[in-house]
Amino acid sequence: MSLLALPTSALASLGRATFNALASIGRIAIYAALTLSHIVRPPFYRREFLTALMQVGWLSLPVVGLTAIFTGGALALQIYAGGQRFSAEAVVPQIVAIGMVRELGPVLVGLMIAARVTSSIAAEIATMKVTEQIDALTTLSTNPMKYLTVPRVLAGFLTVPLLVGVGDIIGIMGGFLVSTEQLGFNRASYIKNTLDFLQTPDVVSSLIKGAVFGFIATLIGCYYGMNSGRGAQGVGGATKNAVATASILILAANFVLTSVMFGS
Amino acid sequence: MIELSRVAKSFGKNHVLRGVNLTIPRGQSMVVIGGSGTGKSVLLKSILGLVTPDSGRITLEGADVREANRDAFLARFGMLFQGGALFDSLKVWENVAFRLMRGATKLPKDEARAIAIEKLRRVGLKPETVDMFPGELSGGMQKRVGLARAIAAEPEIIFFDEPTTGLDPIMSGVINALIREIVTEMGATAMTITHDMSSVRAIADRVAMLHDGLIRWTGLVSDMDQADDPYLQQFIHGRADGPIESVR
Ligand SMILES: Nc1ncnc2c1ncn2[C@@H]1O[C@H](COP(=O)(O)OP(=O)(O)O)[C@@H](O)[C@H]1O
Ligand SMILES: [Mg+2]
Repeated sequence: MSLLALPTSALASLGRATFNALASIGRIAIYAALTLSHIVRPPFYRREFLTALMQVGWLSLPVVGLTAIFTGGALALQIYAGGQRFSAEAVVPQIVAIGMVRELGPVLVGLMIAARVTSSIAAEIATMKVTEQIDALTTLSTNPMKYLTVPRVLAGFLTVPLLVGVGDIIGIMGGFLVSTEQLGFNRASYIKNTLDFLQTPDVVSSLIKGAVFGFIATLIGCYYGMNSGRGAQGVGGATKNAVATASILILAANFVLTSVMFGS
Repeated sequence: MIELSRVAKSFGKNHVLRGVNLTIPRGQSMVVIGGSGTGKSVLLKSILGLVTPDSGRITLEGADVREANRDAFLARFGMLFQGGALFDSLKVWENVAFRLMRGATKLPKDEARAIAIEKLRRVGLKPETVDMFPGELSGGMQKRVGLARAIAAEPEIIFFDEPTTGLDPIMSGVINALIREIVTEMGATAMTITHDMSSVRAIADRVAMLHDGLIRWTGLVSDMDQADDPYLQQFIHGRADGPIESVR
């Protein structure tokens, strides 16, 4: 009995966790559908939207830039070192470009947005919920979904692709700087190789990923904020769950998008 | 007139309301008393539809509140929340004018601002506070801003959730007097939640005591002291011993 109890209860809790995760995904999907239905129906809160553009987009630029430049630099070093083993070190510009634009740019920007934006949205909305500000909005005949969620999700959907674009460029520049300053590449030919190699679908896929990740990051922040538990603990839990869920969903969505756009 | 009949609400195993029957006559000031955690806030929120009761019926002028048009229904109400619930990203006047600047009867900005300033003056706040943020105000001032926001659109029905909790006795007295004045001058129906007996005597026409998920006693405030309900008497006099368990 006691020998069996341990593995059984461990299995049971694993089963319960899986079941809860699936149930959450279902509720998040419903929340997403609801958000979309509110985007197309008035009123639209312009001032909240502009604030969200600022918060999600503009103020994320430094974090995105720093993440991208270091990653691009490290990528160039690794590709050079790896390429040397079969005398292919000349491919650095091409691989840096495709690696940044197709995968690392969108994924890293997505994860940084999850860390910076999802967390702050979840904490802000959860605090509003805990301090009855959400109830106050409702009694003042303002739909919290339209006033809080729609502006943020729309801002994420529209600005994160731009951030990804900037991240791609800065990442490639990081690779360029390391390659030309340290690895002895010629500047003009590095740029030419990069531009010749990159194709429109690469760039488009990067931006599409950015839009999807921006939607996920902001939506998940709003969802967990609106469903926060009570008290300071509720706010903490909402923030933690929001960042974890957003990060996992971004990585999962990245895999799906890569398979759909490039896997054949 | 607001009527609740057999309203029940549970959160999991916590049976907060177990069949509340209560009538709030039009134009009167009803005060609901009861210990903390007895479900007074849940009761208010049920009427507003912020909490959905598990069973029972709530009507406003005879019409079921769940079947009402939400916007039109909510436009008849003003509410002062327990913690103020001011929007901390908005200035004081924007909080007060929040409803005035939105919805079908939207006013131009300067008109809404003028009304907000007037309402803030009504609750005793100086014009300097108008452009401040709620975080820069003391607790008592925040309560007043909440009060100004609740009355800004001149609602027919006003709910006050613990208007004096956390305030010093003098500020409590000021807020009580303000509520009484405002309710009288606006002719509004009011429902106030409190466990502060000085508020009860200052604000109430009628009193209802919520205990253990039910309305234990209800009647005119003038009859309260003579009532022979031991629960009510223990609460009014704040005695540690009596039928109400003091360890909850
Ligand atoms: N959203 C909620 N989820 C779970 N429990 C709640 C919720 N709101 C209130 N409760 C519980 O209901 C009870 C009554 O709460 P409340 O109405 O806030 O009490 P009070 O009479 O002090 O205003 C408390 O035990 C509280 O924990
Ligand atoms: Mg309460």
